[in-house]
Amino acid sequence: MVPLDHYLALSGVLFAIGVAGVFLRRNLIAILLSIEVMLNAANLAFIAFGRTLGTVDGQIIMFFVVTVAAAEAAVGLAIVIALFRHRESLNPDLFTSLKW
Amino acid sequence: MGTELLLFYAFAAVAVGASVLVVARPHPMHSVLMLIVAFAALAALYIQLHAPFAAVIQIIIYAGAIMVLFLFVVMLLNARQEEAPAPGTLLVRGPLRSGALLAAVLVAELAWALDAAQGSDDGLLAGGAGADPASLGSVRELGRVLFTDYMFAFEVTSILIIVAMVGAVVLAKREL
Repeated sequence: MVPLDHYLALSGVLFAIGVAGVFLRRNLIAILLSIEVMLNAANLAFIAFGRTLGTVDGQIIMFFVVTVAAAEAAVGLAIVIALFRHRESLNPDLFTSLKW
Repeated sequence: MGTELLLFYAFAAVAVGASVLVVARPHPMHSVLMLIVAFAALAALYIQLHAPFAAVIQIIIYAGAIMVLFLFVVMLLNARQEEAPAPGTLLVRGPLRSGALLAAVLVAELAWALDAAQGSDDGLLAGGAGADPASLGSVRELGRVLFTDYMFAFEVTSILIIVAMVGAVVLAKREL
């Protein structure tokens, strides 16, 4: 059996890649994709913990995370479409009307 | 090195490589396709963790439904390659320094947590050793726990989905 810390290290690496994507990308859709990478890193940690503890709770929390990710993708992409209609662009640097 | 560990490293390498490409490819279409590759590798890891139903969910709902939604929007908006940031805007001295400091603190914290987890690994495994790995991944057991212990969270999820549906329709409507 693969030890737990291997999965946790992989999960941490994937999460870091997702964070880097959110900070570095200049495209709204790519930023949403990076958030999906982070959610998957969390899923992997949940399932690895569930397996180690011998319960199914980790998998059930993974289902809830998937549901939340689906809702987030639907609303997020709707917002992206609405923003694109206003500015004809996907560059987040252009949407600064609420910036202090 | 056992076959199990070898397989883990292979799938982990695919997942990390594909995730790096998701962030590194300038075209959003490539990013979406690479993310599907990463999801497939993660599904293989879930099977290795005795969670076959989670792996199926990962493929059907994540790679099948959510990524198709992303692909649809990428094509609908005809998203192009993103323009490179203006030189000098990406790496500014002050924020770079404080960011590097925070990242170093986070890495130290994670290393400490992993070290602590390694120590308690045997204790955790002793608790889980009694569970039958076959029942751990069975849909019957999952359904039983989901509809008893997690009943309230399950019902709240249905409200969340309705709100998301209404929100998406309202937001994407033409006259906003």
